[in-house]
Amino acid sequence: MSDKVETIRLQAPFTEGEARALKSGQRILLSGEIYSLRDAGHKRLVELIKHGEEPPITLENNVLYYVGPSPAKAGRALGSAGPTTSSRMDPYTPFLIKNGLRGMIGKGYRSDEVVAAMKEHGAVYFAAIGGAGALISRAIKEAEVIAWEDLGTEALRRLKVENMPVTVVIDTGGNNLYEVGPHIWLTRHHD
Amino acid sequence: MSVREFDVAILRDTVEELCGKLACVLPDDVHDAIEQALEHEDSTVARHVLEDLLLNCEIAAEESVPMCQDTGMVVVFLDVGFDVRFSGNPYEAINEGVRRGYKKHVLRMSVVSDPLRRVNTGDNTPAMVTTRLVPGDHVTITMLCKGFGSENMSRLTMLLPADGEEGVRKFVIDTVAKAGPNACPPFVIGVGIGGTFDQVALAAKRALARPLTESNVDPFYAAMEQSLLAEINALGIGPQGFGGRATALGVAIEVLPTHIAGLPVAVNINCHAARHIQEVL
Repeated sequence: MSDKVETIRLQAPFTEGEARALKSGQRILLSGEIYSLRDAGHKRLVELIKHGEEPPITLENNVLYYVGPSPAKAGRALGSAGPTTSSRMDPYTPFLIKNGLRGMIGKGYRSDEVVAAMKEHGAVYFAAIGGAGALISRAIKEAEVIAWEDLGTEALRRLKVENMPVTVVIDTGGNNLYEVGPHIWLTRHHD
Repeated sequence: MSVREFDVAILRDTVEELCGKLACVLPDDVHDAIEQALEHEDSTVARHVLEDLLLNCEIAAEESVPMCQDTGMVVVFLDVGFDVRFSGNPYEAINEGVRRGYKKHVLRMSVVSDPLRRVNTGDNTPAMVTTRLVPGDHVTITMLCKGFGSENMSRLTMLLPADGEEGVRKFVIDTVAKAGPNACPPFVIGVGIGGTFDQVALAAKRALARPLTESNVDPFYAAMEQSLLAEINALGIGPQGFGGRATALGVAIEVLPTHIAGLPVAVNINCHAARHIQEVL
C-alpha cells in the first residue's frame, strides 16, 4: 500500500494560521472544546446574529459539530454521537464562516458557496465517520447544553473532546478528499 | 383449517426487544460483509474507516450504545397467515412496542407527526407498516430501523420499456454515484424493478431486508446483482467517500410484474449500519 495517511493532533479552538496549515486527507485527533449544532440551531444562530443580538457562543476560531446525539445513559456524557449530513447546513455556513467560524465537522458534500467562504476566511471542513456514533461518543468527555434546550437532540451543546478521530476533507485551499480520494483510487486501478 | 388466536402482546413485546437489538447489534451478515470488504480493500484511508466501523460495532454491542445516533424510523413488513386471528389491534401493538423499545433502550426519537409542520412525536412512532396476507397460521415480522442519511439519497423513476436492463443499470449506478459520502458508504443497495409507482418502492425496501448472504432466487437477477455490485465497487467512492473499493456491501433486486407500457425502478440505499431482522411468531 503506497498511500500514507498522516495523523495530527489538534487543539480546538484554533487560529486561521493553524487552519491554513491543515491539508485535505490528514487524519486528525481533535481535543479541546467544540460545539454541537445542526439544522434548527443553525437557523436560530443566524437569525440572532442578523438581528444584532448577542449569540450564546462566540464563533471566533470555534468548531461546530453537526450532530444530533442519542440520549445519554447514566454515567455518560452523551449517547451515540456520529455526524449528520452537512449539506443541510450549507445555506447558513458561509454567513457563520464570515463571522469567525473556523471549523465544521460533519459528513458529505458541501456547496461551492461554503468552499469559497472557507478559502477566503481560512476555515476547515472535517468528516467524522458517519455511523460510528458509539466510537465517537468515547472521545466526548463532557457535554453541556448551552442554549435552546427545547430543540432536544438539536440543542446547542459545548462538548469537551479528547482525541476525537476526524479527517480533513476540504482544506483552506479548497482541496477536497471526496474528489481527490476516489480519483487517486481510480487512477491506480485503471493504469 | 382451525383459527390461531394470536395475542398482540407477543407482537408488542417482540418489537420492543428488536428495537434495542437492532440499534446496538449489527446483524451478522452485515458485520461479515464489512470484514470481507476490509480483506479486499487496498486503500489505506478506506481500511482505517472499515476498521473503525468494526470497532464501533464492538463498542456498541458491548456497551449497549446505539451504533449510530440515527436510530432510524421503524419499518415493518408484517406477513400474516390467513388463519391468524389477532386478539386486538396489531398496528397499535407494533407502535406500543416501538414506544417502549425506544424509551427502554434510550434511543433517539427521530419521527415528526407531520412532514411540513414537523412536531416530534416524542416516542418514535408511528412505525411504517406494510401488511401482507399469506397462507398458514404464522405471523412473520421483518423489521428495519432505517436511517435517513441514506434514505434521503434514494430515488425512484419511471423508465420506458425500451430503456431495458441498460436503463435500469444506469439509474442504479447514477443514484449510488450521486449519494456518495452523504449516505454513509459502504452501502447496501435495494433495487425494486416493475410493479406500479407505489409497489416498486416497497419492493426496493423489501430487498434491503434480505440477508446479504442470499441472492435473488432467479439466476438472471442473481447475476445482475453481482455485476451491479462489481460496477458500483469500481466507482472508487469507497468507505465514507474517501476513495476505495468498498462502496457497497451488496445489491439486492426484487422484481414485480408490470404494465406493458412501463418500467418502474426504485433504488433504496441503506448505510453500512444496515439494521434488519426477521422473526417468525
